[in-house]
Amino acid sequence: MDEIDRRIINALQAGFPISERPYLEAAQALGLSEQELLERLGKLLQEQTLSRFGPLYDAEAMGGALTLAAMQVPEERFEEVAEIVNGFQEVAHNYARRHTLNMWFVLATETPQQLRDALDEIERRTGLTVYDMPKITEYFVGLKLEA
Amino acid sequence: MLDTRDFELLAAIQLGLPISPRPYHDIGLALGMAETEVIARLTVLKRIGLIKRLGVIVKHRQLGYRANAMIVWNIPDAFVKEIGSRISQASFVTLCYQRPRTPEWPYNLYCMIHGKNRDTVLKQLEQLGTDCNLDRFDRQILFSRRCFKQRGAVYRTPEPAAPAELAHG
Repeated sequence: MDEIDRRIINALQAGFPISERPYLEAAQALGLSEQELLERLGKLLQEQTLSRFGPLYDAEAMGGALTLAAMQVPEERFEEVAEIVNGFQEVAHNYARRHTLNMWFVLATETPQQLRDALDEIERRTGLTVYDMPKITEYFVGLKLEA
Repeated sequence: MLDTRDFELLAAIQLGLPISPRPYHDIGLALGMAETEVIARLTVLKRIGLIKRLGVIVKHRQLGYRANAMIVWNIPDAFVKEIGSRISQASFVTLCYQRPRTPEWPYNLYCMIHGKNRDTVLKQLEQLGTDCNLDRFDRQILFSRRCFKQRGAVYRTPEPAAPAELAHG
């Protein structure tokens, strides 16, 4: 990744035109040719520096459900419980964190009922309490991760 | 109101836009939709917020952001909206949410800071504390120790619904 790649990543995290020649417009704003932008994006995707070039949807607006959940897992059971939790396809990601609440995971499902069922099932299979912390308000964060 | 054509379109681009000079034309070809219709529909979907963002979606670890802290505060309900709005404006804050308290967990405001290393994150947090006058509130910092699982979103047609903004990654 060189300086031009960084500029592309930083600029196109903020948005991408919806027009007939969006790459041309984006390239002109960056002082590049359309061809060079296309080639570089292709390479960044192939190298997996970018996870995607496309849309990020609002899951809840699409009718889906999301929540953040946490558990207090005894250290000696950590691996076993992680395996159970990660086995749920509803679990989108799962992080070990340094705290008494030491396992934090995000669940994403197509309906709110599926979310409740998955949380119940995780409690049943682990024998541990799952704390459900759905969002009340999301504060807008402009886009970030500078390359 | 959304119709099935909108959902077909959302499903068609969920894994990414074509990397070609006229991507919306190419999507339209696959769906039997004119380029102008693709552009018109996407413009609306973006404006109503169903598409939160369009463009580069990065993997933070790939860009060297390896330290990831979730910070939680217990903020009196009367101030939480104002403080949440201020915190979210800091350039290094990547997510900010209000969530319910529980008896065992009195924290109601969550933010994520993704940084290249732990020291940077702690310095940024200190700055945030000063800028937003947060030091009077009880808080916890939870650095990630391991990331076990991270998957993207997969939608189905005709009525997709699944994750998108995957909080606290």
